[in-house]
Amino acid sequence: MQDLTWVPLFPEEASSFAWQVDALYFYLIAVSLFFGVIVVAGVIGFAIKYREKEKFATPPEIHGSIPLELFWSFVPFVVSMTIFLGGAVVYYNQYKIPEDTMEIYVVGKQWMWKVQHGTGQREINELHVPVGRKVKLTMTTEDVLHDFFIPAFRTKADVVPGRYTTMWFEATKPGKYRLFCAEYCGLNHSGMGGWVYVMEQKDFDNWLAGNLSDQTPVQQGEDLFTNKLGCASCHAGGQNQRGAVLEGIFGKEVKLVGGQTVIADEEYIRNSILNPAGQVVEGYQPIMPTFKGQVTEEQLVALVAYIKSLSGDASATTAAPSAPAATMTPQAEPADASN
Amino acid sequence: MENVDSINTGEGQGEEKVNYLTNGFSIKSWLLTKDHKRIAIMYLISVSVFFFIGGIYASLIRLELLTPASDLLESGTYNKVFTGHGVIMVFFFLIPAIPAILGNFLLPIMIGAKDLAFPRINLLSLYIYWVGGAFTMYALLQGGVDTGWTFYTPYSTTFSNSYVMAVGLGVFINGFSSILTGLNFIVTTHTMRAPGMTWFRLPLFVWAHYATSLVMILGTPVVAITILLLAVERFTQTGIFDPALGGDPILFQHLFWFYSHPAVYIMILPSMGVISELMSSFSRKKIFGYEFIAFSSIAIAVFGFLVWGHHMFVSGQSIYAGLVFSFLTMVVAVPSAIKMFNWTATMYKGSVSYDTPMLYAIGFLGLFLVGGLTGLFLGSIGLTVHLTDTYFIVAHFHYVMVGGTVLGYLGGIHYWWPKMTGRMYSEFWGKISAMLVFIGFNLTFFPQFILGYQGMPRRYAAYPEEFQVLNIFSTAGASVLGIGMVLPVIYLVASLINGKKAGDNPWLLPGLEWRTSSPPPTFNFEETPVITWEAYSFGEESGLDIDKARRESRVSPTA
Repeated sequence: MQDLTWVPLFPEEASSFAWQVDALYFYLIAVSLFFGVIVVAGVIGFAIKYREKEKFATPPEIHGSIPLELFWSFVPFVVSMTIFLGGAVVYYNQYKIPEDTMEIYVVGKQWMWKVQHGTGQREINELHVPVGRKVKLTMTTEDVLHDFFIPAFRTKADVVPGRYTTMWFEATKPGKYRLFCAEYCGLNHSGMGGWVYVMEQKDFDNWLAGNLSDQTPVQQGEDLFTNKLGCASCHAGGQNQRGAVLEGIFGKEVKLVGGQTVIADEEYIRNSILNPAGQVVEGYQPIMPTFKGQVTEEQLVALVAYIKSLSGDASATTAAPSAPAATMTPQAEPADASN
Repeated sequence: MENVDSINTGEGQGEEKVNYLTNGFSIKSWLLTKDHKRIAIMYLISVSVFFFIGGIYASLIRLELLTPASDLLESGTYNKVFTGHGVIMVFFFLIPAIPAILGNFLLPIMIGAKDLAFPRINLLSLYIYWVGGAFTMYALLQGGVDTGWTFYTPYSTTFSNSYVMAVGLGVFINGFSSILTGLNFIVTTHTMRAPGMTWFRLPLFVWAHYATSLVMILGTPVVAITILLLAVERFTQTGIFDPALGGDPILFQHLFWFYSHPAVYIMILPSMGVISELMSSFSRKKIFGYEFIAFSSIAIAVFGFLVWGHHMFVSGQSIYAGLVFSFLTMVVAVPSAIKMFNWTATMYKGSVSYDTPMLYAIGFLGLFLVGGLTGLFLGSIGLTVHLTDTYFIVAHFHYVMVGGTVLGYLGGIHYWWPKMTGRMYSEFWGKISAMLVFIGFNLTFFPQFILGYQGMPRRYAAYPEEFQVLNIFSTAGASVLGIGMVLPVIYLVASLINGKKAGDNPWLLPGLEWRTSSPPPTFNFEETPVITWEAYSFGEESGLDIDKARRESRVSPTA
């Protein structure tokens, strides 16, 4: 727990890649000490050894030394390349979203974090996650830039209006960790934060059960799709299908009018709802009206989740409401084992 | 050759001789002057005023952060205060400080010229600076701006109700001052060098300013365009940056950092030029690896244009773009390392004295070392994901900008003060202030590295309690630093009244600026000098009369 009144030099390590970031940090401290000691010893040593012994002396003239110059250009270059490579590996682990993640949606808003789980639970300025499971956050914002930052997990990502950004982590230690907004967002920027609760799987299941919500994102999206927004009148199939077929398209390559292709990912679905004429699928007329200004970011997230579920997407089925316990239980065992 | 013979210390400083300061006393003779030295003095006064205002903002920030709660300033005010601090310090202090004051004063003298190539344009740049500064101050006093000095969209375009465009206009106008100064320096260095002053006889101060000028004229127009686009977006909702209108907020960051990262080199390169002079002068030795220091400045200026994306590692740019920018950032570290090693090697077998400017130079080496090495932490992309937007960043850029630029600036001001004013300042108080600045600075900013790794985000008016202890250290350090910064104002001004006469060449140095009188005459030299010696030659070919200087120093110890 973080209720510390004294100050530790390092924050807790609570995610699967936190140790890698810390290892890189220690490597850089070692490099810094190495070069720092050399330069400081040189500066102080020379300053003392060659201090002025008589006024206006004319010491021997030394022009320079090519071998030395090459040496102290080459060594820092090689060392800096090791730092680059180390950083690149860690970065790849931090940002490359792995397979079989549990998906959670995050919407930032001046000045709060709104979180929705695949099973429908919503929370504000809090995030509950089970220990030992890979969690993917799909994030956006209703207004300005924000940044989802969990120091104990050693990761952060900006949330950007108009697009989805993602981050992932696997918590390794149950506990309560700080959540900050790290990108300046106006008046109450420093108040935009909260806590991440990492729980054992069974505690997490209990928490989920105790916070049962009305609708999962998929259900909410289906409701919007068929009833509230009327998307189904064109997209639901059958004789009257005028809009593109949505079943099975998620993650696939789609051919557009004009011959280009695009991967039908979250971003594409979102754009197609807000700016339908932008990238029209081949074989269809650009007749769909824009829904800009009519759907909120949270409703968009729900629509995306629903359209993903039409393709039997793995992470979307995890969120399927019918069997939350069934999908959770098999995961629980390896999670426990890792503790 | 005549000039070599006319080298002297102490002679020719009779009261009757007219110098640039005594050549006219009316206000008009200052405001309409074409003399680069008078313009430099007016810049010195103006820039100091802005430094003082920026310092007041800094004190308010540190006082607020003494306690976790946002109690002294409410968060809206705090946001305006740190924005004011950033805007004033970056655009009106750090960027003009060394080029517009020391560069203006010294560059023509160092190359043996009578003035800059375009004296009227030089004066114009000062007026533009004043107009830009006035706009900015007006906006800050009317109610301020709360976007941070980075003006990130869409907050700055759509959400902020503060004086964004007034400050933007101030920065926009001020940019032209910078462009004109850069233009003047480049043309002057190309066309106005004295006979015999070849490129490789130029002092490294001139090389550094040449590299800086390249960045000024190539980079500054981009920030002007960016601010213009911001204005278009704010007034007409065109949809350049606002995603609700089909724009891209990340585009703003690309444009902004395309200038603002090279701008970092506008701030640090001139300071590196000063340090090269100081290390040689106070080791009484030729600079080690002249060509490598000169070309490393150019390399920094060129590579500096290719690394802007390292400000955006977590902004949502692609993984591969991040990797490329991380790689280039590591490459740009190498020329800075080369400079560090060469400065250190310059002291080897030298005759090192600890006069005030040298204390600042040694302080620079220590602080820039930390600033540069922590730059490697931040260039390493996997580590930056954790560190960016925290106090680690704040500490890093203060080590570079204050530890680097301000220490170089103060060292330079002390070093050339006798030349600019003809007076020596109190060496005792000079040393005290140099040490207070060094100690106070480290106490202020070193704890912030630790705070940053612990995860304290920047731009927070209120923060969790576990961060308080280190913040108290930081605020305590800031008060020491503040005293160290105020002291020079007092004893430097006092030296104008009761300082000892400096003589033309108090340290018996070979640079051209020390071969004219103190203060120099309006056209810098009695006759155009002919240069027959390499830069930093202390040997016989330099024509320095060491025996005579020693005799005189026994009579009146100036150093």
